[in-house]
Amino acid sequence: MSEILLEVSNLTKRFGENTILDGISFTIRKGEVVVLVGPSGCGKSTLLRCLNGIEDIQGGQILLDGEAVLAGSKELTQMRQKIGMVFQSYELFPHMNVLRNITIAPEKVQKRKRAEVEIEAKALLARVGLADKADSFPRELSGGQKQRVAIVRALILHPEVILFDEVTAALDPEMVREVLDVILDLAKQGKTMLIVTHEMAFARAIADRVIFLDDGHILEDSDPETFFEHPETKRAEQFLGTFRFEKR
Amino acid sequence: MQIDSQIVGLLLEGIRDTLYMVLVSTILGYALGLPLGIMLAVSDKNGIRPRPALYRILDIITNILRSIPFLILLILLIPVTRALVGKSYGSTATIVPLTIAAAPFIGRMVESSLKEVDQGVIEAAQSMGASDGTIVWKVLLGEARISLIVGVTISLGTILGYSAMAGVVGGGGLGDIAIRYGYYRWETGIMLITVAIIVVLVQILQWIGMRIAKKLDRRIP
Repeated sequence: MSEILLEVSNLTKRFGENTILDGISFTIRKGEVVVLVGPSGCGKSTLLRCLNGIEDIQGGQILLDGEAVLAGSKELTQMRQKIGMVFQSYELFPHMNVLRNITIAPEKVQKRKRAEVEIEAKALLARVGLADKADSFPRELSGGQKQRVAIVRALILHPEVILFDEVTAALDPEMVREVLDVILDLAKQGKTMLIVTHEMAFARAIADRVIFLDDGHILEDSDPETFFEHPETKRAEQFLGTFRFEKR
Repeated sequence: MQIDSQIVGLLLEGIRDTLYMVLVSTILGYALGLPLGIMLAVSDKNGIRPRPALYRILDIITNILRSIPFLILLILLIPVTRALVGKSYGSTATIVPLTIAAAPFIGRMVESSLKEVDQGVIEAAQSMGASDGTIVWKVLLGEARISLIVGVTISLGTILGYSAMAGVVGGGGLGDIAIRYGYYRWETGIMLITVAIIVVLVQILQWIGMRIAKKLDRRIP
């Protein structure tokens, strides 16, 4: 087994009186693809936001390569470059063209040379099938194209782990496919990923492990075969049942 | 009323003085108001670095300054103006109260422009490891630039209006001419001409500002 990359122990997140995440612990090894599933409002997105330091945490710790990810800490900007994040609503910069959207962070945050970054950006755009869109502005792209640009924007920082937060939830069905294909390709390249999704077929195909989150607790953490065929908990079975349809 | 070369000369001088006061006051107003607006937006509870106490203080100062009517401020600031410029009348002296009146107004407009920037886009920048400084310069100011330019246009119009008011206390420029000739000497014709010129100036500034804003906007085709 490869080394542990991300270690979350006893993570607790509260918004005021509400406990959103209650003692979450799990690890992700290098090269692993972990899919996080669970009903809406179970805390999946909040968990990803905590891992990236967008949300502060009220207990426990998050270690990446043995270093703590802590909201408000000095090292946070350094740590965040190692944790890529792709959002449900893309969050591209509307006033920058596609190329600039991708190159601004490596240039301004990582202080890399613009020329070198642009070459890499164009190579990555070609890889996701958007070689001809470098000069377009976000408004000129479809949702699926925007999301592929957002993935490239995360990749170019060479993160050690990439977090995907329901990245296909806002897309039309045909566009879901083009985005999922890009993520499958990344899995083949051995990228470490933590993916929140409601696409169960995709989850099953891509996951090395599935974590089932419900009401702020991890109820299951197993391989996809076990999770989808023989879930251990009643709650997971119920949840999976909502994706099956039968004519009565 | 006769439009002779003397009056034309007077009006041209008035236009020059008005533009001088308005442009210098706007620039100085932004020198104070832009940092104020950035601090307000950043330190707000939903800002990128919430500092409730600092926000409260800036908020109160801004509100107090904004709630003093300009004409009163003009008179209140006479000692300050005298200390800074050496006299309390004329267009250069008027720049002092104009700047003080414009700064909090500009600060508020900058604040509201920056707050229009989508929270998600800011979070995306944070997730990529951008520092607060980079976020302010590249994301907040960069993405809010249309709104900021519209704000400059509105500020120019407002300050131009204020500058005309300063004519009451010998402020120089078109307002001064309107008061002296139109009000004290009953030369309604000259007053109407100055008013027309002020209206045209506001229109031109507005038109230029909107053109620039439209040119820079990438969000709409």
